[in-house]
Amino acid sequence: MSEPTIYELSSAGRTGVRFPEADVPLSALPSAFLRPDLPMPELSEVDVVRHFTHLSSMNYCIDGGLYPLGSCTMKYNPKVNEETARMPGFALTHPLQPEETVQGNLALMYDLQEHLKEIAGFAAVTLEPAAGAQGEFVGVMIILAYHRSRNDTKRTKILIPDSAHGTNPATSAMSGYEVVPVPSDARGNVDVVKLREVCDDAVAGLMLTNPNTLGLFDENVLEVIKIVHEAGGLVYGDGANLNALLGIVRPGDLGFDIMHFNLHKTFSTPHGGGGPGSGPVGVAPHLVDFLPTPLVAIIENSTDEMPPLYGFVKPPKTIGRVKSFFGQFGMLVRAYTYIRMHGPEGLRKVSEYAVLNANYLLSKLEKTYTLPYKRTCMHEFVVEGCWVDVPDVHALDIAKRLMDYKFHPPTNYFPLIVHEALMIEPTETESKQSLDAFADALLAIAKEAHTEPQLLKDAPHNTPVGRLDEIKAAKELVLCCWQPDTDQ
Amino acid sequence: MNTPEELKYTNSDEWLLLDGKTATLGVTDYAQDQLSDVVFVEIAVAPGEVVKKHAHVATIESVKAAADVNIPISGKVIEINESLSNTPELVNSDPFTKAWMVKFEIADPSELSSLMDAKAYLDYCSTRSH
Repeated sequence: MSEPTIYELSSAGRTGVRFPEADVPLSALPSAFLRPDLPMPELSEVDVVRHFTHLSSMNYCIDGGLYPLGSCTMKYNPKVNEETARMPGFALTHPLQPEETVQGNLALMYDLQEHLKEIAGFAAVTLEPAAGAQGEFVGVMIILAYHRSRNDTKRTKILIPDSAHGTNPATSAMSGYEVVPVPSDARGNVDVVKLREVCDDAVAGLMLTNPNTLGLFDENVLEVIKIVHEAGGLVYGDGANLNALLGIVRPGDLGFDIMHFNLHKTFSTPHGGGGPGSGPVGVAPHLVDFLPTPLVAIIENSTDEMPPLYGFVKPPKTIGRVKSFFGQFGMLVRAYTYIRMHGPEGLRKVSEYAVLNANYLLSKLEKTYTLPYKRTCMHEFVVEGCWVDVPDVHALDIAKRLMDYKFHPPTNYFPLIVHEALMIEPTETESKQSLDAFADALLAIAKEAHTEPQLLKDAPHNTPVGRLDEIKAAKELVLCCWQPDTDQ
Repeated sequence: MNTPEELKYTNSDEWLLLDGKTATLGVTDYAQDQLSDVVFVEIAVAPGEVVKKHAHVATIESVKAAADVNIPISGKVIEINESLSNTPELVNSDPFTKAWMVKFEIADPSELSSLMDAKAYLDYCSTRSH
């Protein structure tokens, strides 16, 4: 890599800050707290700024190019979101301020709850969960609380389709449930025959992503929900793929009892470095009382002279608090901005274009890359990253080679039910030109796989670092160049 | 793909070597090829433990995925392969001998009828995506 580490840039005695002369007596740090073996890099301010600027320029980001990471909905994050999140009235408030002094924040949270309820067809929404996985956890804890409230204690299983995100079985197991997988049928839907076989009075619920991780709308969704409900279970919706449905289908109307939203996917708040995530949860009427505390509500209705007074309320059978304060408030401001900027018609267009873009890309690729489930896709699709005539070339090689073409690779080896999976989600924010360039790169790589396979096996060639050793990375968990002395 | 004749197979890609009242369990060549480079093996049972049919006995983690290894028939664990925790790559290089996972005493020989022979397993693998 062209950039040295910050330790290599260190020069003895160099500093970035000159402290003023002390106007109090100096006292030495207790020797027990001094670590002479700890190498602290010594650099000037400009050294540090340049070092991190160089590193940041090596990073791939959505502001730099297409980011087709399937199931992650890496859409462009509009800059207006950043403007609103930085408005002093939002940015400078403190979560311990009295409620009367943060009425604007509470009004925004209340409205966002209302908008999410309307978008997905639920009776109530909590904004508290810090990310999608915590949203799932809240959902499964609500399932647990619901059955317990009815003294229905024999339910020990959660059903998980084999196309599910890994967080679904992880959440169920973490909540103490036994995970029972449900296979997919030949069209990529939940296999309803197999579902019936495992549905009994021990089923607490089913976790379903729709569209699923194959990018397919489950054609059996109404029947699946009916079967689980008839067995006395609840149906949890993983809202990871909500970007395909805005303004078209409401999960609540389909019969889902609970669903989490990923504001950092569907509603354009940043992923990763610019994050954090945010995973609000919506519930049907029979589960409203179990939501985490607190919810934002109108405490006193508005009058001719006065706006309403907003405040916090505690649902009567709440599962409790799941996060300090009130969720990732900055993300709520960004998502609210996105929803208000688009309006109902605009949000429907978001989903229509997301689905159109995915199908456009699929149509350009499906003659070259095997499509295991031959159906019109929703907002993403999964192809096989391999060819029978070049058995040594794998999805991973294609993904690495894409980096040489200046594209972020798609999700690979997921979902597990597709051999050598490449899971591609372009999102609605890509233009035709951008989609064409990406398709051209994948088609060129398919040619290279047959003519110069070694080019793929050794890729990437044009990146700051080459092919990483994944085995070493998984087995030798040494993350810093300085090894702490564990004897002390 | 290798499928030794003398072994019995499951539809979740485990193999069993039968020797009178005892059996040895591991995962198949097909399984290790699908997983690619294995980086961790954790055996979840201990000698003496009684395990029921389909119980989870080990977890394999590769650079691509994590997979559960389940025991296809009930039994009592006699011995586990401790060496796999330090050399998980044996699952890739030698899935049928050195990478055995659990030896156990068979509780109910009638449960063996659910297993496939090498030919049936080979046919089963060929029906799945290559």
